[in-house]
Amino acid sequence: MTVNWYLIVSAMIFTIGAAGVMIRRNPLVILLCLELMLNAGNLALIGFSRMWGTGAGEIFAIVVMVIAACEVAIGLGIIVALYRRRLPVDVDELRELHG
Amino acid sequence: MSLSLTPWLVLACPLTGMLTIALLGKKLSPRAAGTIGTLAIAVAFVFAVLTLIKLQALPSNARVETTSLWDLVNVDGVKIQLGLYIDPLSTFMILVVTGVSTLIHLYSAGYMQTDEGYVRYFSYLNFFVFSMLLLVLAGNLVLLIIGWAFVGAASYMLVSYWYRRDTATAAGIKAFVINVVGDIGLVLGTLFLFKTMGVLDYGQLFSGAHTAFEKDAPELVIAMLLILVGAFAKSAQIPFQTWLPDAMEGPTPVSSLIHAATMVTAGVYLIGRLHVLFEWAPTAAAVGAIVGALTLLIAGSIGLVMTDLKRVIAYSTMSQIGYMIMGVSAAAYVGGFFHMMTHAFFKALLFMAAGSIISAMGGNQSLNNMSGFRKALPFTFACFLAGGFALSAFPLFSGFFSKDTLLFEVGARGGWYWALYVAGYIGAAFTVFYTWRMIFRAFWGQPCEQAQVVIDTGHAYHPAEHTNPHTGNEDDPSTQEVEDSEVGFPGKEHKYAETTWQMRYAMIPLAILAVVAGLIQLPFGITNVISDFLQPTFADTIVTYMPDNSGLEAFGLLISSVIAIVSLACAYWIWVRKPGTSAAIQARLPWLHKLFINKWYFDDFYSIFVVRPVVWIGQWAQDSFERVVINGLFIGGTSGLVKASSAAVRAIQTGLIRTYAALVIGGLSIVLLYFLVRGL
Repeated sequence: MTVNWYLIVSAMIFTIGAAGVMIRRNPLVILLCLELMLNAGNLALIGFSRMWGTGAGEIFAIVVMVIAACEVAIGLGIIVALYRRRLPVDVDELRELHG
Repeated sequence: MSLSLTPWLVLACPLTGMLTIALLGKKLSPRAAGTIGTLAIAVAFVFAVLTLIKLQALPSNARVETTSLWDLVNVDGVKIQLGLYIDPLSTFMILVVTGVSTLIHLYSAGYMQTDEGYVRYFSYLNFFVFSMLLLVLAGNLVLLIIGWAFVGAASYMLVSYWYRRDTATAAGIKAFVINVVGDIGLVLGTLFLFKTMGVLDYGQLFSGAHTAFEKDAPELVIAMLLILVGAFAKSAQIPFQTWLPDAMEGPTPVSSLIHAATMVTAGVYLIGRLHVLFEWAPTAAAVGAIVGALTLLIAGSIGLVMTDLKRVIAYSTMSQIGYMIMGVSAAAYVGGFFHMMTHAFFKALLFMAAGSIISAMGGNQSLNNMSGFRKALPFTFACFLAGGFALSAFPLFSGFFSKDTLLFEVGARGGWYWALYVAGYIGAAFTVFYTWRMIFRAFWGQPCEQAQVVIDTGHAYHPAEHTNPHTGNEDDPSTQEVEDSEVGFPGKEHKYAETTWQMRYAMIPLAILAVVAGLIQLPFGITNVISDFLQPTFADTIVTYMPDNSGLEAFGLLISSVIAIVSLACAYWIWVRKPGTSAAIQARLPWLHKLFINKWYFDDFYSIFVVRPVVWIGQWAQDSFERVVINGLFIGGTSGLVKASSAAVRAIQTGLIRTYAALVIGGLSIVLLYFLVRGL
C-alpha cells in the first residue's frame, strides 16, 4: 500500500476544483470548487501523515478544515449580500475594481 | 556654587522665562508675563554677580574658567564642546547685559501692558537676552555663531513685532538679511581660522595663533576681515549700517534693548574677545579702526538732520558704537568697554525717555511736532537731561570719562592713530549738537498740543485714529496709514513715565548710573575699577603705547570739556535763542542737508546695486526659468512618465476573477514544472 494512489486521487480532485474555479461563473459553484481544492490538499496531507506514521498531517488537515469553514462563512456572506443588493450572481459581471 | 555652575544658571534663567511665558501663553495676564520675564532676567543678574564674586576670588593671573556640558562634535580631531568661557571680559558683558536688560524688562512691563501681544513680546524679549548671553559666554567660535544667529533671529522677531505694519515687517526683513550677510562673513572667517589651526576653542586659538601664523599673514588678515564683516553687520557699522535706523519700527523698549544691551555691542565684544588674533593681524585691526571712525562721523552727521526722535537716537548709537569699534580695534580695550558700559546706561535711559515722550505724543515721533514737554513731563525731562549730558560727554558725567579714556588710549598709540583721535573729537562735537537739538526741540518752547493735553488732563494725548508714523509725511498724521490698534502702538492706553511706576523705577537707576558711572574709572589712575578688572583678559596684549602720555590725557580732558561746553552753547543759540538759525543754515547749505537727510545715499546705493538686481533676477527666474524648466521639464516630465507607466500597468487589473485565478494557477504550475524538470 503506497501513498501514490492517494496522491493521484488528490491531484485529480485538485485539478477538477481548479478547473471549476477557472471555468464556472456562479460564485456559489466557485466556492464549492474551492472546497474541492482544499479537501484535495487535506487528502494529500493525511496520506503523507499515514506514510510517515506521525499525526502532524492530520493536525494540519484539521487546521485546513477550520480555515475552510471560515472561508465558506465569508464567501456565503458575500453571496447573500449580492442577492440582497440584487446584483448579478456572475463573477464576470462583478468587475468594477478593474484598472 | 562654583564658577562652572553659575554661568549656566545665568543662561538658564532667560531660557526658562521664555519657555514659561510662551507655553502658558494667553493664560497669563500682561502683569504676570511682565513679572515672569523681568524676574527671569533679574535672577540671571544675581547669578552674574555671583559669577563675578567667584571670578574675583581667583588669583588675577588665573582668572579664566572653562566649563562644558558635553561634546557637540568629537570626531577625527575636531572637538566642539557645548562649553562656556568665563573670564573678566565675558563676566563684564553678562553683568551689563543682564543688569540693563532687567531694567528694560521692568520698563516694558509698564509700557506694553495694554498691548495685545504681551505674551509674544515677553517671550521674544527673554529669548533675545538668552541669545546675547549665549553669544558672550560661548567657549568656542561655533557656540558663538549659534548665539550670534539667535540674536539675529530675535531682532527680526522684535523689530517686526507690530506685524500688521508693512513698514515693520520690511524693517525686520532688512535687519535679518543684513545680519545674515554678517553671519556668512563670521562663518567663513571661522572656517579660515579652522583650516589653518584646526581648533575652535578660544584658549587654543589664542595660544596657538602666534605659531600657526606669521604676524600679519595674509590668511589671518583675510580671516579677521571676514570676522569683521560679521562684527560690522551686527554692530551697524558702515557699510552694513542701514538696518539700524529702520529697526526703530520695533517698540521703543526693544530699541532700547537692541541699542544698549543685547545686539549692537556684540561686534565690540567679538573684536575684544579675539583681540589676540586682531593684534596679530594689524591690517585687519586697522580696517576695523578706520571703519569705526568713518561710522562715527557719518552717523553723527546724519543724526544732525533727522527729525524722527527715535532715529536721531539710533544714529547716535551707530556713532557711539563707531567709537567703540574704533577703540577696541585700536587696542583701546579699557576705553572701549568702559564706553560700552556707560553707553548702555545712558542709551537705554534715552530710549526709555523717548518712549515716554512718544507715548505722550500719541505715537507721533517727529521732532517737528514736539515742543515744550519740560512742564508736561518733568520726570522724563530730568532723565533725558541726565542721558543727554552723559551722551554729549559733558564734563563729570559718565560719557565724558569713558569717551576720553577711549580717545586717550587711541591717541596714545601715536602714528596714524592721531587721525582717529581727531575724528573722535570732531564726532564729539556732532554728538553734542544732535543730542541738544533733540532736547531743545522736544522740551523747550511753547507746549505743543499734545504737551498741553498732558498738562491739562494728566493723561496722554490720544489721536482720533492711530496712524503708522513711518508712512506718508512724518509730520502730518493725516497723510499716514491708519493702523489696526490691536497690533500697533502699545494698546489702547498709552503709558508714560509720570503715570507708570514700572517705567519710573526702571529709569531712576539708569539716570543715576548715567551721571555717576564714570567715577569708577577716572583719569590719571585715580580710580581703576574697569582697567584692573579687565586686565587679566587683556594682559597678553602686544600693542605698545607712546612712552610718556600724561600730557595727552590732560589735553584730551581739556579739549573734550571745551568741545562739550562750546557746542552746547552753540546748540542753545541755534535752537533756543535764535530758533530760525538752523533753517538758515539749511538754506545756505542745501546740498549738505540733502546728503545728510538721505543718509549719505547708502540706502539708494543698495537699492540700485543690490536689491533691484536681485529682485529682477528673482522675477526672471519666476517668469521664465520656473515656468519652462521647473514646471515644464522637471514637474511635467516626471508626472508624465509616471502617468504613462501606470497606464501600461493598469491594463493587468481586468477585474475578472477567473482570469486572476487562471494566472495564479498557471504561474504556480509553471514554477512547479520548472522544479520538477530541474529535479530530474
